[in-house]
Amino acid sequence: MYNQTEIIKDTSELGAEGELVINMGPQHPATHGVLHLVVTLNGETIKKIEPHLGYIHRSIEKMCESLTYRQFIYVTSRMDYLSSHINNLGCALLVEKGMAIEVPDRAKYVRVILSELTRIASHELWLGAMAMDLGAFTPFFYAFREREMITDIMEDTCGARLTMNYIVPGGLMYDIHPDFQKKVKAFITQFKSKVNEYEDLVTNNVIFQSRTKGVGILSAEDAISYGCTGPVARASGVSCDIRKIYPYEVYDKVEFEEVLETAGDSFARYMVRVKEMNQSIRIIEQLIDNIPEGDFVGKTKNVLKLPKGEFYTRVETARGELGVFVVSEGGTTPHRIKFRSPGFSNLSVLNHIAAGSKIGDLMASMGTLDLVIPDIDR
Amino acid sequence: MTNEEIKEYISSLAPAASFDETGEWLNVTVEPAQLKPTMAALRTGKMQMNYLFCLTCVDFKTHLTMVYHLSATTHRQSIVIKANLNREQAVIETVCDIWRTAEFLEREVFEMFGVDFTNHPDLRKLILEDDFKGYPLRKDFEDPINMIKL
Repeated sequence: MYNQTEIIKDTSELGAEGELVINMGPQHPATHGVLHLVVTLNGETIKKIEPHLGYIHRSIEKMCESLTYRQFIYVTSRMDYLSSHINNLGCALLVEKGMAIEVPDRAKYVRVILSELTRIASHELWLGAMAMDLGAFTPFFYAFREREMITDIMEDTCGARLTMNYIVPGGLMYDIHPDFQKKVKAFITQFKSKVNEYEDLVTNNVIFQSRTKGVGILSAEDAISYGCTGPVARASGVSCDIRKIYPYEVYDKVEFEEVLETAGDSFARYMVRVKEMNQSIRIIEQLIDNIPEGDFVGKTKNVLKLPKGEFYTRVETARGELGVFVVSEGGTTPHRIKFRSPGFSNLSVLNHIAAGSKIGDLMASMGTLDLVIPDIDR
Repeated sequence: MTNEEIKEYISSLAPAASFDETGEWLNVTVEPAQLKPTMAALRTGKMQMNYLFCLTCVDFKTHLTMVYHLSATTHRQSIVIKANLNREQAVIETVCDIWRTAEFLEREVFEMFGVDFTNHPDLRKLILEDDFKGYPLRKDFEDPINMIKL
């Protein structure tokens, strides 16, 4: 974190002709959270961007060291709150892998459907907010119209609209709502009839294209070196979809494409996310009618104890690869837990892609990285 | 490459390396002084490990262990490199000139565990306040006000 007095000191010490240090954030409408960027400018050109983090650091990793393997899952919904089901899934998979717990097929299917619904909801929110950052207000309402249907489904299923907790080690907390399939199908119909509106409003919009094309270019090599994952890396042509490379749950049984673009600019990152929503719909369509009957949770012991050793699982959240690394000493709580959050690595590339461009383009570069601050601070 | 081939290869780079195959991936423990040359060879040599997907530290109360998870986008094989550090004087060379993602990750380890990364271009606190005392993720850290104990 940055000390207020130091900011002033820095400015006077810089002294270089025409250089100006400005603070963007921690309260800024376009950062969608408390991200503090110290931007060094020369005229309108960005010289350097330094992120200062920690405004909502809750020490989740330390907290998890005193929580049991059943409890620590609930904290992870508060990391990347737009991918909470997927975060929960990553932790549940780790416990299941460590203790060799059998998960019933019904739970696996529902978990994947929920993950994909979460991914669509997250991309919808990003689409609306990102368009708003660039000055287009209308797409926000269009995106939230469809997102609202997903949050309603989530509310029926697990009682919460945000920070959902439904996935537990061994399966699901309880069975799905009787209307679940009907509502998801209604959502698919609605989404398919409306998705063209995004194309008309945003994708084919001349202003939007000229503000994003060629802005914030990230090469494939740099994307790998900076550890970028998810849509950010796929827009640069790096194949990194965990669902394809290391399939978990039933992702190896469904057909879908890994969306890849090659331009690596802000527009490519936008296109990847829009196309990914369609792929998610495709996955849900294949599963929704085939949810097998049976148990929704496997047999587990009351007290979970991971054997001594180190465990690592990864899942594809809406932002990229979430890794959960646990060092167990054989007890009921983890000795050390590390969350490899996708947002943290994606943020580290910001200085690289935005330095040298104009301050106005920072909105496009930063917006398409899709930063969620609680995910970065943890 | 099979684990045996990797073991042979790493032994040629760092003769003192020890191996552990009980986990999901091959674990290699190297001397802290040998870490940087080993990592550089893994990146540019025949393994081409271009993706550092996790960098962290673990406090085992007697010593600190740096843990590097490496993978490659071409052959997708993962290995784990570890280095044990002295708790009182935790010093290791940075790898952020090999993988740029390490710059931020090492800054986080620096403030949370008190590991000093030599040759790091910008080793400052990233998440905690500048005047924060202590290393919160070490096991003996005590915060008189906000400590979570269950």
